[in-house]
Amino acid sequence: MEGKTTYWQENLRLIFICLAIWFVVSFGLGLLLVEPLNAIRLGGYKLGFWFAQQGSIYTFVGLIFWYTAKMNALDKKYDVEES
Amino acid sequence: MDELKLYTYIAVFGSFAVYFGIAWWARAGSTSEFYVAGGGVTPMQNGMAIGADWMSAASFISMAGLIAFLGYGGSVFLMGWTGGYVLLAMLLAPYMRKHGKFTVPEFISDRYYSKTARIVAVICLIIASLTYIIGQMKGVGVAFSRFLEVEYDNGLYIGMFVVWVYAVLGGMKGITYTQIAQYCVLIFAYTIPAIFISLQLTGNPIPQLGLGSTLADGSGVYLLDKLDTVVTELGFKEYTTDNMGGTLNMFAYTMSLMIGTAGLPHVIMRFFTVPSVKAARQSAGYALVFIALLYTVAPAVGAMARFNLMNTIEPAAGQNLEYAERPQWFKDWEKTGLLKFEDKNGDGKVQYTADKATNEMVKVDRDIMVLANPAIANLPNWVIALVAAGGLAAALSTAAGLLLAISSSISHDLMKGVLTPDLSEKNELLAGRIVMTISIIVAGYLGLNPPGFAAGTVALAFGLAASSIFPALMMGIFAKKMSGTAAVWGMCSGIGVTMLYVFQHKGIMFIPGTSFLGDMGPNWFLGISPNAFGAVGALVNFGVAFAVLKVTGPAPAHIQQMVDNFRTPHGGVTAAHDH
Repeated sequence: MEGKTTYWQENLRLIFICLAIWFVVSFGLGLLLVEPLNAIRLGGYKLGFWFAQQGSIYTFVGLIFWYTAKMNALDKKYDVEES
Repeated sequence: MDELKLYTYIAVFGSFAVYFGIAWWARAGSTSEFYVAGGGVTPMQNGMAIGADWMSAASFISMAGLIAFLGYGGSVFLMGWTGGYVLLAMLLAPYMRKHGKFTVPEFISDRYYSKTARIVAVICLIIASLTYIIGQMKGVGVAFSRFLEVEYDNGLYIGMFVVWVYAVLGGMKGITYTQIAQYCVLIFAYTIPAIFISLQLTGNPIPQLGLGSTLADGSGVYLLDKLDTVVTELGFKEYTTDNMGGTLNMFAYTMSLMIGTAGLPHVIMRFFTVPSVKAARQSAGYALVFIALLYTVAPAVGAMARFNLMNTIEPAAGQNLEYAERPQWFKDWEKTGLLKFEDKNGDGKVQYTADKATNEMVKVDRDIMVLANPAIANLPNWVIALVAAGGLAAALSTAAGLLLAISSSISHDLMKGVLTPDLSEKNELLAGRIVMTISIIVAGYLGLNPPGFAAGTVALAFGLAASSIFPALMMGIFAKKMSGTAAVWGMCSGIGVTMLYVFQHKGIMFIPGTSFLGDMGPNWFLGISPNAFGAVGALVNFGVAFAVLKVTGPAPAHIQQMVDNFRTPHGGVTAAHDH
């Protein structure tokens, strides 16, 4: 049982990191901090606007693949892979 | 027959022929194939199918139009409808796949060892899915009547028949493989016009980059800056900063859409079709890639459509369009009543402003933006034909997924699970098909006679999923001690609060005149609009469930053991669709 608890704890830690990033790019940079960020430009985009309509979505995609890769490694580490 | 009509017939009926072919090839022989496509769908295939399932007539037709008129405020849909997949991939899908059952209510009934919980879940699922289907059926009818000049009713019958053939014959298996084809059709239909328009306006073929580029007219001005100037001069709010109802409202709205997305049963169900936990995580990633392809193009389509519209009406400040010289698409949409002009000052020119007293474009329906876009930009006829086929693919694929969610919850959860547990597999399969046929007829009837509240109910579907299903599933996985009693209390109070709030502002059962508080800003709790209230409902659900848990005590040991089991990919009943 010892090993299982740690696997779950590591998973929780990973989820926490991912959801923190998820929150920061969308609710943080895209909504709460949008006004100060809009002073910075990314080509024709105001940065806050870009995060809200483009950047957050790209980050979401990256996050899921990163989490998937990390979890595959974790499954291996704790030897809980599916047969 | 003119060229456009010929192309449209080829695109629409050609795509239907492909769907039928796939349906015949992938017909279902067992309940496992009917409900979860035999559990053998690869993550990439499942990702595409989820994409088609998810992207409905609303995503395809309405979303870019909403963004075009809401500007920055439209971001809530972009973030809300994609961010939910992060939650699905990390909080729900892998564990529910590990548990290895057919439906969402079945998971809830196992985890909360309660038939009450299962019935509550079935009710939420049916309400959420049915309200959603009405919108799809209307989309099918509109697409047919606009592009093929078939009567709305006949268009709807054709749509019903097509869905019936491949959904009833193939079940989840047929639907999955058809959805893959439908995804391809709809993504091409969406991006090709966008590429053309981006190229015309900015010289950059990639719409996501075009939106951030300078205009191709040699002025060196950025497209978004120009759009901001044009709309503010006419008294509209600045495009890139117009925040719909304030920051808190946008915050709550985005959160509601995110957790609502993660809690919609027809999406979750798709994760039961893959062979393993690993594949469930992966398919969430692929799904979001395929969805992001459309969702990152949508803001470009919206902004460019708005730009083109403004530019057609007023090419340079003070030089307004002569009404007599209006382009063909203007006349076409005037015929549908979705675009209306009224020459208030009698100068024969079109004035489009934010001021109601002088604005002469008295009606510009948001939904026409995507459909009219290729014509506004003078694109070739085959592109317009493609858009028709794409709109139909989006509506049909979502309708099929929803029908399966409804029929499985009735035949598997209510009949097999609660009423007649000794139903044989063969009879259950037959029951599933009969229920699906009935659902199609009900959905068609509602599409023909859309209840007055149809527009408000899609928001209700998200509100319900966000305030009831998502919290119940999440606590079931992450709070090991969560008990059945506490979860049922949580679900009921979450839905209760959300429905009460929606009804108090929009009328009881959406009947006009029965609302006891007006539907406007000052009456909203903390300025949160009814559509955004699902997030608050979810908080209530969590709060009540934990409070009741404290009083009534934790779940029994064997349930906690089961939770431990589905938290790890290996061991227990792996990859089992064994019933």
